[in-house]
Amino acid sequence: MADRHPLFKPLIFVGGLIFGFGLGFSHMARPEVVLNFLQFDDLGLPFVMFGAAIVSGIAFALLPRIRDAAPLTGNPYERRLKPFDRNVLVGGAVFGVGWGLSGICPGAAYASLGVGNVTILWALAGMFLGAYAQGYWRSRSQARDTAPAGAD
Amino acid sequence: MVADPALLQAAAELFPNGIGRYAVGGLLVGLGTVVIYLGTGIPAGASTFLESTLSYVSGQSRFQRYVASRDWRLVFTAGIILGGLAFAATFQSGVVTSSLYEPGTTGQLYEVAGVTLWTTDVQPWRLFLGGILVGIGTRVGKGCTSGHGVCGVGSASKTSLVGVLTFLTVAIGTAQVVAALGVSP
Repeated sequence: MADRHPLFKPLIFVGGLIFGFGLGFSHMARPEVVLNFLQFDDLGLPFVMFGAAIVSGIAFALLPRIRDAAPLTGNPYERRLKPFDRNVLVGGAVFGVGWGLSGICPGAAYASLGVGNVTILWALAGMFLGAYAQGYWRSRSQARDTAPAGAD
Repeated sequence: MVADPALLQAAAELFPNGIGRYAVGGLLVGLGTVVIYLGTGIPAGASTFLESTLSYVSGQSRFQRYVASRDWRLVFTAGIILGGLAFAATFQSGVVTSSLYEPGTTGQLYEVAGVTLWTTDVQPWRLFLGGILVGIGTRVGKGCTSGHGVCGVGSASKTSLVGVLTFLTVAIGTAQVVAALGVSP
């Protein structure tokens, strides 16, 4: 990781640009449109999520057969597989309540700022606060479980 | 092409803004993910940025494990914000139009330096309280709509499929209850 390819960050940036443009174009950067889906007033949202999943799914399935490793990092091409445990259900449910209340998720919140939605800073402040709270709590309980030493 | 008028009416009710902007937007979100994956092998999600950025200001072990990726995650998020701005400067401003793009009527439009910007009518308390729960839930639940929904589902990961099913179902229930309680917007 120390010696990254000079194109590593520029490529990430270009990927982010396309990603953010897509979130703007699909109106996912607008909480109202997400809420309209969740209230069954406009069923367009699955076209965004599954459209994106299909495109990435094709790449995730094909690239490992074509090349062994990514050119800019040397990382092997692998799928995004995470182990299942109770946290997936608990966290997913908490995220669901938050998403259903606010109509905004992390990526869409960043793009929302870009389309001019200054009010979304409330949601971003909340997300950092929530991420900090769970990280603080989980760091503490992990430290308790492994060693009696205090963190921070 | 001859279409059944009843079918057209049903489609207009279910998709009052058409499907063009959703499908094209989704393809672009997928393309952004693929560009990064192609070059780096990283299936990037958006919510890890919250914790990786907190590692700059907090020594907690939960955040420090993301130190190695925190710089490029900042770049990724900066790209997403500027991508949103690029959309605002083109389609949102009406400089570029397409039959696949339906502008819609949500929120408030305002102008800065010739660019049409947009802001939400959804109340700040909903955004803030919802944001807190999104911050907790995406991190505890190992992913958000992009990590689980796009990269995980794209990987045919059972964990992600269960995650998506969970947050989608709960979000629909929550939004329906909030609307039934008369909270709007």
